[in-house]
Amino acid sequence: MISATLRRCGIRLAVAAALSLYLGGARADQLKVTIDNFTFAPAEFKVKVGDTVTWTNHDDIPHTVVSAGKFRSKALDTDDTFSFTFTAAGEYRYFCSLHPHMTGTIKVE
Amino acid sequence: MSAHDHDNSGPIDPETGLTRRRVLECMTWAGTGILWTVSGGVPRSLGLVGSALAAEPTGMTFLQISDSHIGFDKPANPNALGTLEEAIARIKAMPAKPSFMIHTGDISHLSKASEFDDAERIISQARLDVHYVPGEHDFLDEEIKFYRDRYGKGTQGAGYYSFDANGVHFIGLVNVVDLKAGGLGNLGAEQLAWLEQDLKGRSKSTPIVVFAHIPLWTIYPEWGWGTEDSGRALEFLKGFGSVTVLNGHIHQVMQKVEGNVTFHTARSTAFPQPAPGTAPSPSPMKVADDRLRSMLGIASVNFKRGDQRLAIIDTPLQG
Repeated sequence: MISATLRRCGIRLAVAAALSLYLGGARADQLKVTIDNFTFAPAEFKVKVGDTVTWTNHDDIPHTVVSAGKFRSKALDTDDTFSFTFTAAGEYRYFCSLHPHMTGTIKVE
Repeated sequence: MSAHDHDNSGPIDPETGLTRRRVLECMTWAGTGILWTVSGGVPRSLGLVGSALAAEPTGMTFLQISDSHIGFDKPANPNALGTLEEAIARIKAMPAKPSFMIHTGDISHLSKASEFDDAERIISQARLDVHYVPGEHDFLDEEIKFYRDRYGKGTQGAGYYSFDANGVHFIGLVNVVDLKAGGLGNLGAEQLAWLEQDLKGRSKSTPIVVFAHIPLWTIYPEWGWGTEDSGRALEFLKGFGSVTVLNGHIHQVMQKVEGNVTFHTARSTAFPQPAPGTAPSPSPMKVADDRLRSMLGIASVNFKRGDQRLAIIDTPLQG
């Protein structure tokens, strides 16, 4: 009985561990902002403290990802990426310093 | 677009004083190349590029080239260096040698030393003095060093300056730094203060030519095609009899006249961009290969002393 319970718990733990690993992997894949047609998508993005967001520029024109005093990418040519790990909660507004009408927000919880 | 006097036929529009035929011609020409002379702030077209070039320009002529984007190799034009070479070849072939050239920015595509070097190698073949202002593509290196080392000598701030030639006062401005989120091009307080000083005490009869990369008039804010604080600059230019503003950035010819100020944007030598709002974004526009050169080009500007006229000819590389 005891051993059966332990076994069940063990399986549950293993499933939970596998599930969290799986979700973690999927989540990392999803933390992406793309730049297409001079637009950040998604323009507003919710992530957790410790998450890393990766921006990829798909335009034929270079762009930057800049949040004043927080992070600043170099100019991203076509298909270049920039990643930033958010270690503190808050709302991070950012823009392209070359085309300032391009804006976005990362909300870190 | 008003009062051009090459054709007097057709009914006259009561509002503009233009004949219908004149208006239509003007619209047709906008895409190919047109010679404008500005008299007391009112532009008159003198003819098509061909006939305009045939008529010997008198007075001072200078050239504008823009948006070379050396290093750009995407489908909209895989050979931006080649089309710059074609533009320079056209300049070399001009029957009357222009006094000098201005380049309204985006010399390079990614601010690489090699791109600036390639541009210099081609542009220098025109054997003309070149006065540059930077575009946002020229300031992409970490230290903004490559542009400044090459073109920043004798300039203020991020690279603005003025000079005189043949009685015309030329002012090169920088509106591609310190851009604010959600905003447009930016001149900034320091540069505006310098501009005010630069114009102070200058005779109002001095023709003024202002050149900068991003348009100094609001063309399409949704795409960032304008300059946040250009109104302040234009305040300082009020009262001058003849002001011509030459810009690049939007890779197409556009013109507006407001009082004594004529605004004009030049074609790129690299790739065309869509007309405002006609595409999802201002991304480089891929056109059929045989159309590309009709959408790239150069501009030449003629100034006649005592005439207060600046004639602008936009010449496509082809067609």
